[in-house]
Amino acid sequence: MPTKIVVDCSTGISTEVELTAEEIAQMEADAAKAEADRKAADEEAALKAAQKAELLERLGITEDEAKLLLG
Amino acid sequence: MAATFTKIATVTVGSGGASTIDFSSIPATYTDLCLKVSLRCDAAGAHASSVAVNFSLNNVTTNRSFRWLEAYDGTNVWSTNNTTPRLMIMGGAATTASTFTNAEVYFPNYAGSNNKSISSDYVSEENSSSYGSLGFVAGLWSSTDAINQITISPNSGNFVQYCTATLYGIKNS
Repeated sequence: MPTKIVVDCSTGISTEVELTAEEIAQMEADAAKAEADRKAADEEAALKAAQKAELLERLGITEDEAKLLLG
Repeated sequence: MAATFTKIATVTVGSGGASTIDFSSIPATYTDLCLKVSLRCDAAGAHASSVAVNFSLNNVTTNRSFRWLEAYDGTNVWSTNNTTPRLMIMGGAATTASTFTNAEVYFPNYAGSNNKSISSDYVSEENSSSYGSLGFVAGLWSSTDAINQITISPNSGNFVQYCTATLYGIKNS
């Protein structure tokens, strides 16, 4: 069973207690959301990179040449 | 402007590890709070988005938004906006033994009645050319409540032995 360290800042007393089922569920939900966020960001970045590469190919120029044009 | 730092409490994780560190009953007698942590977890992987530290304030999980700017694992650099309550990326089981990631988290005007800002900056100690992480996080908790509880936990696995977390109170005079 996962445990947590709880410090009561008003007394300075530290205790180690087992997590409740609700706390475990929240931790698991946070973890799932973090991973979903990461995957979504990775997919968006990959899509933009592919669109950029396709456009450069259609234009027949390199990325450096595109920067020169836009600079 | 911070004039004094007073240690409120400190935690060092023991040999059994811990899934959560919780600072409760934080007094409202300071101007700002500062949380300094040195963390690592036993989850599989290295410095990755899936090996990170989440947190909550007052055990409330709503009305939060974040902006991240992060670099990790040698190649990944990204920024994003979302509601995942992440403070930092840290090392996992694949990272160099006995290395930790350090962060400073700041909570200005934590006991006031305005919405709460949070900032975090972190960098890993790694001693490897391929692994590592650094980043900045800006957070907003839209609540008029004073912060009286700060809870941190890995988004997978447990904090390992020798992890530390120290909470400071800061007064402006």
